[in-house]
Amino acid sequence: MMRALQTLVMALACLAFTGVLATSIWTISGNPTPVNLTQLLTENMGRSGVEHPVTAVLLNFRSYDTLLEIGVLVIAGIAGISMAKTASLEDPAMRTSDSLLYALQRWFVPLMLVLAGYLLWAGADRPGGAFQAGAVLAATGVLMRLGGSPMEFLRPGLMLRLGLALGFTVFLLVAVASAIGGDAFLAYPPGMTKALIVVIETVLTLSIAMVLLALFVSAPVNDAEDPEEGAPS
Amino acid sequence: MVEWLLDGLLVLALLVTAVAALWSTNLFRAVVVFMAFGVLMAVAWVRLHAPDIALAEAAIGAGLTGVLLLDAVSHLGSHSLEVQKQRGDRQ
Amino acid sequence: MTTPLLYALAGALLCGIGLFGLLWLRHLLRKLLAFNIMGSGVFLVMVGLPQHQSGPDPVPQALVLTGIVVAIAATALAVVLIRRYYHLSGMSSLEDEPSPRGDDPE
Repeated sequence: MMRALQTLVMALACLAFTGVLATSIWTISGNPTPVNLTQLLTENMGRSGVEHPVTAVLLNFRSYDTLLEIGVLVIAGIAGISMAKTASLEDPAMRTSDSLLYALQRWFVPLMLVLAGYLLWAGADRPGGAFQAGAVLAATGVLMRLGGSPMEFLRPGLMLRLGLALGFTVFLLVAVASAIGGDAFLAYPPGMTKALIVVIETVLTLSIAMVLLALFVSAPVNDAEDPEEGAPS
Repeated sequence: MVEWLLDGLLVLALLVTAVAALWSTNLFRAVVVFMAFGVLMAVAWVRLHAPDIALAEAAIGAGLTGVLLLDAVSHLGSHSLEVQKQRGDRQ
Repeated sequence: MTTPLLYALAGALLCGIGLFGLLWLRHLLRKLLAFNIMGSGVFLVMVGLPQHQSGPDPVPQALVLTGIVVAIAATALAVVLIRRYYHLSGMSSLEDEPSPRGDDPE
């Protein structure tokens, strides 16, 4: 009875929320926009250093968001790793070693690595970029992990720390360097824009892949192996 | 007209998969339906002229999230009976 | 009524479904699924609404791209936390109930 009442109240609240949201969307959709962002963007595309508008927004006009985003990712990665037991990070005998998966992996891993490289390179003038390439790279790593590849670089040590922090560090260094050079924080020096964007995208790809892979790997394996930690006492 | 039909069906499929992912009786099936939801979202991004998001959603929503959640489901499912029994013994 | 507006309204509905699921469901993984569906709804609103007003707009698209990557990182962290919680307590829901609804070990 209590539960049914609770459900009813929740359902009504959610219906009210959806109704208010939909009404406000309907109202806003009728009004014209005060600022035309698209026009501002097309006017300034020449200064951005890349040809694809989404990449220009991500890494030039709104690069502050991207900097904070990679910061959030690094924090999430560190939190995930600190939650893991060292055993699950170092575990040399992986979870599954299926012969079908192994055969599939031999075909897919090189293909996916090429795809990640292409996506990164394509980001300058057509859909693609650091985020998609990072996701594909992380998926490659997950596939290799499931197939039982050793993946030495995921053990706690220099490589893991370097890989996690690389993207954020390089991005922050560029930002601070331009601030020290007398320009605004995160304003790229003229003439070097394209080169800097490519460098930042490359390290971002590596870092995003590393964070996602570390979060996948650091999930605690199971409690059957060490009963003393599973005891809730 | 055909485009409206396509969009309407796509939106309907999104809503149905969302509901099915949340209220399916089996947790494994829920995660698989959620992966289907991710693929449908990728198609929706293509219809909204956002190929960048479609690429990211296809790689993340359908691939990475699915693997993560399936891994978690197999972990949470396979040991639940055993742990229940252990807890019962201890009490 | 244009196509992007249809998607924006669908996003609002997805938000509502996700919110209800987040509140009502007991199993933590299901709550996580509901949270992700709510996020997808927000992304649809963010892209659909500006596009209805002034054509395809790269600025919200870039923001949503950032949002998707942060959402997957948050999901992965949540999965780590849920597995840790389950590992320590043997429960897969927050309430102190022996068997949460829908906890089918399959």
